[in-house]
Amino acid sequence: MMQIEYFAPGDLGEALDILSRGGVRPVAGGTDFYPSLPGGGPRDSLLDLTRIEGLRGIARQGGGWRIGAATRWSDVVRADLPPAFDGLKAAAREVGSVQIQNAGTVAGNLVNASPAADGVPPLLTLDAEVEIASVAGRRVVPLERFITGVRQVDLAPGEMVVALYLPDLPEVARGAFSKLGSRAYLVISIVMVAVVIGRDGAGLIDHARVAVGACSPVARRLPALEAALLGTRGDVAVTPAHLEPLSPIDDVRGSGAYRLEAVGALIGRTVREAMDG
Amino acid sequence: MDKRVDAETMFRLNGREVRVAPRVGERLSEVLRERLGARDVKVGCNAGDCGACTVLIDGAPVCACLMPAQQAAGAKVETVAGLVADEPLAADLARRFEWQGAAQCGICTPGMMVSAVALLRDVPAPSEGQVMDALAGVLCRCTGYRKIIDAVMGRAPGAVADADGHMGAAIERLDGRVKVTGAERFGDDVATGDALVIKVIRSPHPHARFSFGDLDGFAAREGVEAVLTAGDVPGVNLFGVIPGFVDQPVFAEGVARFRGEAVAAVVGAAEVMAGFDPARFPVEWEVLADVQGVAAAMSEDAPQLHGGRAGNVMCSGFVAHGDVEAALGRAEVVAEGVFETGFVEHAYIEPEAGFAEVVDGRIEVHACTQAPVMDLDTLEQVLGMERARIRVVPTATGGGFGSKLDVSVQPYLALAALKTGRPVRITYERTESMQSTTKRHPSRMTVRIGADAEGRISGLRFDGLFNTGAYSSWGPTVANRVPVHASGPYAVGDYRAEATGIHTHCPPSGAFRGFGVPQAAVAQESLFDDLAHRLGIDRLEFRMRNALTNGVPTVCGQVFVQGVGIRACLEALRPAWESERAEAARLNADGGVVRRGVGVAAGWYGCGNTSLPNPSTIKAGVRADGRIVLHQGAADIGQGSNTVIAQIFATALGVPVSRLDLVGGDTDVTPDAGKTSASRQTFVSGNAARLAGAALRAQILQRVNAGEEAVIVPGEEGFEVREGARVHRLDLTALEPDAEGYVMRVAESYDPPTRPLDANGQGHPYAQFGYAAHLCVLEVDMRLGTVKPVRFVAAHDVGHAVNPLLIEGQVEGGIAQGLGMALMEEYLPGRTENLHDYLIPTIGDMPPVETLIIEEPDAHGPYGAKGLGEHVLIPTAPAILNAIRDATGVQMRRLPVTPARLKAAIGEAGHV
Ligand SMILES: Cc1cc2nc3c(=O)[nH]c(=O)nc-3n(C[C@H](O)[C@H](O)[C@H](O)COP(=O)(O)OP(=O)(O)OC[C@H]3O[C@@H](n4cnc5c(N)ncnc54)[C@H](O)[C@@H]3O)c2cc1C
Ligand code: FES
Ligand code: FES
Repeated sequence: MMQIEYFAPGDLGEALDILSRGGVRPVAGGTDFYPSLPGGGPRDSLLDLTRIEGLRGIARQGGGWRIGAATRWSDVVRADLPPAFDGLKAAAREVGSVQIQNAGTVAGNLVNASPAADGVPPLLTLDAEVEIASVAGRRVVPLERFITGVRQVDLAPGEMVVALYLPDLPEVARGAFSKLGSRAYLVISIVMVAVVIGRDGAGLIDHARVAVGACSPVARRLPALEAALLGTRGDVAVTPAHLEPLSPIDDVRGSGAYRLEAVGALIGRTVREAMDG
Repeated sequence: MDKRVDAETMFRLNGREVRVAPRVGERLSEVLRERLGARDVKVGCNAGDCGACTVLIDGAPVCACLMPAQQAAGAKVETVAGLVADEPLAADLARRFEWQGAAQCGICTPGMMVSAVALLRDVPAPSEGQVMDALAGVLCRCTGYRKIIDAVMGRAPGAVADADGHMGAAIERLDGRVKVTGAERFGDDVATGDALVIKVIRSPHPHARFSFGDLDGFAAREGVEAVLTAGDVPGVNLFGVIPGFVDQPVFAEGVARFRGEAVAAVVGAAEVMAGFDPARFPVEWEVLADVQGVAAAMSEDAPQLHGGRAGNVMCSGFVAHGDVEAALGRAEVVAEGVFETGFVEHAYIEPEAGFAEVVDGRIEVHACTQAPVMDLDTLEQVLGMERARIRVVPTATGGGFGSKLDVSVQPYLALAALKTGRPVRITYERTESMQSTTKRHPSRMTVRIGADAEGRISGLRFDGLFNTGAYSSWGPTVANRVPVHASGPYAVGDYRAEATGIHTHCPPSGAFRGFGVPQAAVAQESLFDDLAHRLGIDRLEFRMRNALTNGVPTVCGQVFVQGVGIRACLEALRPAWESERAEAARLNADGGVVRRGVGVAAGWYGCGNTSLPNPSTIKAGVRADGRIVLHQGAADIGQGSNTVIAQIFATALGVPVSRLDLVGGDTDVTPDAGKTSASRQTFVSGNAARLAGAALRAQILQRVNAGEEAVIVPGEEGFEVREGARVHRLDLTALEPDAEGYVMRVAESYDPPTRPLDANGQGHPYAQFGYAAHLCVLEVDMRLGTVKPVRFVAAHDVGHAVNPLLIEGQVEGGIAQGLGMALMEEYLPGRTENLHDYLIPTIGDMPPVETLIIEEPDAHGPYGAKGLGEHVLIPTAPAILNAIRDATGVQMRRLPVTPARLKAAIGEAGHV
């Protein structure tokens, strides 16, 4: 058996260097890593991302915001952010429990690529982009294209996520997030809905983003509904055509049919919440 | 250059600098427990789901089971033991947990305390919502959370300071301190550092033939000490609990009959086993056709699980009284329905765990359990060893609820220790615990109930099929108990009930708080609401009209002349019934999406074994220094028998409870107090304690020739016995101590008077029943199908309350389990085998509970006391279902009522 090691580099260059040698698995909060650990422990060396300088934190950058890859959900909850991030913050407060939020990272949530990842819908409504780095350099991919399927992401060997970029949205835009589960806390979503709504001086919607999770292999935005919301006061009846990107399945948490019904109800409520602020 | 973390990781643990060299991937929880001795950090799931392992890292609560140990380098790590010892805020909180009875079994308490300390440091006077947000990451299966909330918020204490602590005093638990400091030692906390580790190899298939490859070669390759299979069982390779139904192999032989069944075990040094992947074990599987439900198992071409049990029928129980069909024929209305419930997992937070070693040629097994002497019985058979050479010492048990009545780890521990001659330990992984231990029986119940125009029951017929899984376990008990109880606590003259256990390729169903009665109550109480609706009678009134009373025969023809308390329970709910329904009507008047409903349901439960002897013995001794030692063998799995039995004993003896020293279960020194099941400990062991206390009192009084009314005052050098102005002195040091150091001793037994049931189930199945009625208020979101319980009012007839604080704790915890069963819990083999997918209520799911204690003294109970443990969840699920119906108009006949199921039913009914 190959000897495995535990690496905890302090800077990104070193981390990428270690990653480039292969046989290394990044670990941030460990909240997805440990529950899926195979019997007998890790097969790969571990690369601890939590000591890398500059990888944790939320800051202004260019015309928007940067969320470092080692930023935890509780950092998001505490950050001073514009109202467009209210949905992301609400989602952060619903990721597992305080214990999970104090360890789990936003980037880990994306890379783990669960269909029920609570971070994805709000980040989609914020037009998030993912910055990826390797020893060969950096590239930026829109979140929509980064997660390619259930537990599948656009990361080549030797690459890791270093940050998310969220462009500035209209100042008046406000986000909201609703999660439906079978119990009050610590629950995998049956469905969740995130919205960001902006309004003009007359109170009519001039910016709309709606994304739905746990109803398709990867959370999806609903462009037809977004278009229909423009110019209204939010009182748009959700039609099957609006939900066309979704393909919910039956599982222990609920039937596909139920998911669609629940999404219809939740969208209305979440849009209203964003409107009423 | 790459900066590998030093092989050594350094951090501050509770203020002390520590250095360790963890393995790659080693969890912080393991390092804390195994390398640094911090066994106050508990592990319930190793997956972030239970929060028992919560520690503070630089002040922030995290799950130590999800943190690579190296990540703690340089951090300040705090655990409950350190916090309570060093920080006044935590020490205060610990006291408040004790006063409120916020720790029952105590396995979740370290996680709760640590999470609460983090909150209270930031927010000294938190709101209820803030407490819920902060503690939601920690699951508790015992308390129903409400007393934990009270403790964290610093609400008025529930316990009283009572000098004597006798019958009726709401004193705090006598064994509570160690639970709040983290010092309590559970199944996984007692192993020595050099113990070998056992890992059981289990079937991944519900039904498969298997054969092993080269086991010796495997052992050599892996560097393990031993591999155990059926061939290593020196005695009988079977265990079970009911005579004639001992049918479960310790290791399957050639064929596995359920997913998770043990086929072999590997024993090796801890370092070796840490890297052991069970997937490498040399076993070949040939998958066979399986049956999962009772319908499939009863079909003609179904594979048969056991020879001699044709049609996969394990056994049936039957009770008949009067002429049911005639009564149904003349009934004004008949309600009928088919009701279904699924597997429910006990989900105690402590997975099965223990330690064993060979001491002076004897095998000693330390493990969590509800029934130490039954464990000894099983080991005697399995090991084929003389009973005197086996010692079973129960550890603290982190919840049991019925499942820890069966052996789990004990045979593996004993076999491995004997085979290797070394100390050994085992702890089930959460998934392993869920796959392999017993469940609540899934049921399919066909029920018809008639009533006359005045609303009196005219015939009740119950036919239930119970999925008993691959092996019998307590299935026969369920089959026998259900027909006795399926009438509910009502006068039903014409009755026929049959319950049949059916084998399937599922985990064995066994004992779970109520032995099938909670399932039966769902059907009967739902149909009672149907009848009341159709007759236009108020639902509470309907139950009052039919409630059993003193002097009226039960469906078994048993007549109680005193102590039938169901009417009083129902009556006690009336004020809340009136006010809550008025409030619901007011709230529903706006026709909104959220509708409120109120439901009521009742239940009864016979305490002790059904028509079988089940004696308890309690022993006590007095030492020369005046200490009175109570050998209390009733396993306290959180429910409080350590306190209750001591209170009863102290009452009978006439000394303050604080004068007692408690010695717990240990088959070497403490006599058999029977199993902690069937709500029998307060009743049966309580009676033995009462007799023992009275006998010791008689001995003391006799020695000084004092009369009945004399007062015993224990002191350091001896006892004073005061009789009016006369004071007798009893010099204990003058008496000769026996081998155990006792100068006086007593041991008394009690066995409840029951009579066998005849072919029609007529007889005296139990000497005592307890009674209960619950009222539930809840809200349903008609568009999402979600249910939010708002409040429970629970009336319980306990005969004579031994300790009202512990009663409230039992009631709240039972309601939480009933709520889980009604709304969210369903164990599906292969799909919900962890606490991530199998959902139990969290702190945010439990509404306030008002407990109303009713005292209708029982003829046989100690001072009139009745059992309580199982009664508490029998009315809960039906009260919830009836409230859902009140809110929505739909009757749900399948549990759990998930949002998807309720929404579908609301849609079908055309309500939205
Ligand atoms: C009890 C519990 C409850 C939970 N509840 C929720 C919930 O309600 N909602 C929800 O969405 N999730 C939930 N989760 C899942 C999990 O907490 C989140 O997905 C979390 O955000 C994962 O982050 P992490 O830092 O812990 O990831 P890790 O476990 O450290 O890593 C996850 C995966 O991502 C990889 N990885 C991490 N960071 C990077 C990076 N920067 N670049 C490349 N690869 C990387 C790792 O190699 C690993 O494969 C829960 C988990 C638990 C244990
Ligand atoms: S043991 Fe860590 S959360 Fe359960
Ligand atoms: S006291 Fe909480 S799990 Fe037992």
